[in-house]
Amino acid sequence: MAKLTLNDLRKLRDEKQKTMAKRDPSHKDAQIIVGMGTCGIAAGAKETFNAIIDELDAKGITHVLVRQTGCMGLCHSEPTVEVIAPNMPVVIYGNVDAETGRQIVHAHIIGKTLVDNHICDKPAMDIVR
Amino acid sequence: MIPVHATVCDTLADLVQNSIEAGASRIELDVYTGPDAIRARVADNGKGMDRETLRKAKDPFYSESGKHSRRRVGLGLPLLYQTAEAVNGKADVQSAPGKGTTVFFEFDANHIDTPPLGDLPATLLGLMTFEGAYDLILKRETPKDGYKVSRGELADALGNLTESANLALAGAFLRSQEQGLMY
Repeated sequence: MAKLTLNDLRKLRDEKQKTMAKRDPSHKDAQIIVGMGTCGIAAGAKETFNAIIDELDAKGITHVLVRQTGCMGLCHSEPTVEVIAPNMPVVIYGNVDAETGRQIVHAHIIGKTLVDNHICDKPAMDIVR
Repeated sequence: MIPVHATVCDTLADLVQNSIEAGASRIELDVYTGPDAIRARVADNGKGMDRETLRKAKDPFYSESGKHSRRRVGLGLPLLYQTAEAVNGKADVQSAPGKGTTVFFEFDANHIDTPPLGDLPATLLGLMTFEGAYDLILKRETPKDGYKVSRGELADALGNLTESANLALAGAFLRSQEQGLMY
């Protein structure tokens, strides 16, 4: 593959924005935050992060904000993923492997339903946020 | 040895995350891979550590009190030292309060326990999505080739880097840099 230049990237971005403008922006303001402390990294949070971006892109969802953060204190349940979506409770999911990450995109972001068996509640009490 | 951090990129992710948490506004990440050695350097202008804190940071049963007030475990740097020791490599941390921290390590590329490099584009992409206005500048080198890319440049070309559409593009960009590398 030839290396893309920053100008190539700008062009790709402009093309994508044209198609983005036509799409329903109702997912705007949703946020997906992946915990990437030492614990998350060791448990495979990078694969989870990749899978989420890949799935959002595959479904043509352009406006969800995907971020990383440090340890959320739930080291026993890594990888952890916090999802903040409009009109939905804020949820932290635990043990989110790549497949569960894709499921979060389908169920939580698109379907507005929670993903069973992975709900962990809020960050650990001793974590300063 | 069972490596908790299975790839060199896992270690890099840990170190850069430390820099972000230390409030750095500028983080340089140099990564070299050659036939004999894997070398990396993470240099930040974050809050830095005094000699005593640095000594404790190498202890797996120490973590900065602000983040985990009652926890007594912090594995980032200890894992790096453990890996360096296991693969005939070296690791070094220089730090000064108020100035920043520089971590350097070198692994023997041919040692049987040296972890593979891992997925550098994916690691880098993730490291660009933490909150805050830091710049992260990657300098990637092989014996014959190399590239440079920074969070600032990508944000300038794409806008908000955490938007899913932009992340997908930035990921493709970073992968094209790495796949186009000559060794």
